[in-house]
Amino acid sequence: MTSSEVINLTAVKRDLAFGDRLIPAAQHLSTCIQCGTCTASCPSAAAMDITPRQMWRMVQLGMVDEVLHSKTMWLCSICYQCQARCPRGIPLTEIIAKLKQLAIQQQIKEWRESTTFYLTFAGVMRRYGRMRELEFMARYFLSTNPMEAIGYTTMGLTLFRRGKVHLEMPKLGGKGRLDDLFNRVAELEKQQ
Amino acid sequence: MKYLFYPGCSMESSALEYKDSMYASLQALGAEVEELEDWTCCGASVAPVMSDLLGMVLPARNLALAERAQSSAVGGVGGGADGDRQVIVGCSACFISFQRTIEAAADRAKLEKMNRALEVEGLTYHGKAQVRHLLDVLANDFKRSEIEAKVKRPLTGLKVAPYYGCQTIRPYASFDDGQVPHSMVGILEALGATVYHHLHEATCCGTALLTTKPELGLGIVGTILADTTAADCIATVCPMCHMNLDSYQDKVSQVMGKKLSKIPVLFLPQLIGLAFGVPEERLLFKRHVVPVGPALAKVPA
Repeated sequence: MTSSEVINLTAVKRDLAFGDRLIPAAQHLSTCIQCGTCTASCPSAAAMDITPRQMWRMVQLGMVDEVLHSKTMWLCSICYQCQARCPRGIPLTEIIAKLKQLAIQQQIKEWRESTTFYLTFAGVMRRYGRMRELEFMARYFLSTNPMEAIGYTTMGLTLFRRGKVHLEMPKLGGKGRLDDLFNRVAELEKQQ
Repeated sequence: MKYLFYPGCSMESSALEYKDSMYASLQALGAEVEELEDWTCCGASVAPVMSDLLGMVLPARNLALAERAQSSAVGGVGGGADGDRQVIVGCSACFISFQRTIEAAADRAKLEKMNRALEVEGLTYHGKAQVRHLLDVLANDFKRSEIEAKVKRPLTGLKVAPYYGCQTIRPYASFDDGQVPHSMVGILEALGATVYHHLHEATCCGTALLTTKPELGLGIVGTILADTTAADCIATVCPMCHMNLDSYQDKVSQVMGKKLSKIPVLFLPQLIGLAFGVPEERLLFKRHVVPVGPALAKVPA
């Protein structure tokens, strides 16, 4: 979508409770005045298909599919600049995490390299209780774009030589360090 | 001063030089630092995307450990003596994860839910432990004169570009300004260095975009590097910022289509250690991708 495109809202499937599902009513997104401070503050805005300002308007309008299929949320580097500067005090960066939750739950395929990043990170964390950077990067590149990894070989070898990354044997079977905690969290989330 | 230190995953591996130089600097300043036992990952920005509760529980597990360590010491939590040991972190992602959880714990319902999850670990979190960033500690717990008194090798002539990044100062830092940060200035001046101010001191380093969206991420790093080339080195206080600014300089030049002059990126405690006369081997400069030598050469022996 570009800013000049005409949107026929009658043709769009909408959920007017979209914004309320993302944050409690007290910090309601409806107070957004479309000033564009978020877009102006965003280091990634130029690469987005819809700008942050446009995205928040679409959330207000309940355009769930358009928002969840856009790559905008995946280009957020979580720098909190939009949230820090929002004149309405809306916790925009926090709401982006909620949007990502929904996109992962609905298994939206377009931005697989981003969702894989999160799922792989969570998997390594669960297994070892701590991040293993090398195993995480290996698993991430293998399940997204192995060819991309080749572009990183030189850098990877430099990091290895400098002792910045080190080899540890991956643990394939057995119980993960945080399995119990992750399982309990999943149970409690289901009870809601 | 006594502190309880939560290293986090990066300071244990890719940013080990940050941890070692932090210990060296704080010890030289007379502080006692003890590592939190049995800590696990804070969940970074990933856990809140998995679920709201996971995003709170992973930091809460470590805060519960910290509270237990505090209360087992003389006096208990807030009870004076050892009980006052504050929790410190050096990583921005850890810092922000803990602050989000501490904020959430003010809501009793959320705190109760965290504790129902923590039962499986045999832990209880009371919402009491406070967490401070290492930069806050360095900037505010020691008088300028205390730092100056420890300087054996002044960083005279070294032009240092401070780089704060994002999550250290936004949205939670009560110790600094989220738009125009300044807490490194006094420290660098006390070390004898010249502060080189630039436009991107509070700009994000691109974080995980360097992995998931390389062109975009490298462009963001390039903007920061291009603005600091007149300095001798950059000073950081975050493992992620350091990794992005130090490791990708060749790739940034490729993407930008012009060769940027290389600039060493140092952790602030490495600069402190250098000025305090800590042996260079202990500051682990050899682990850096961009050689630190040219910057060290500017410092009088």
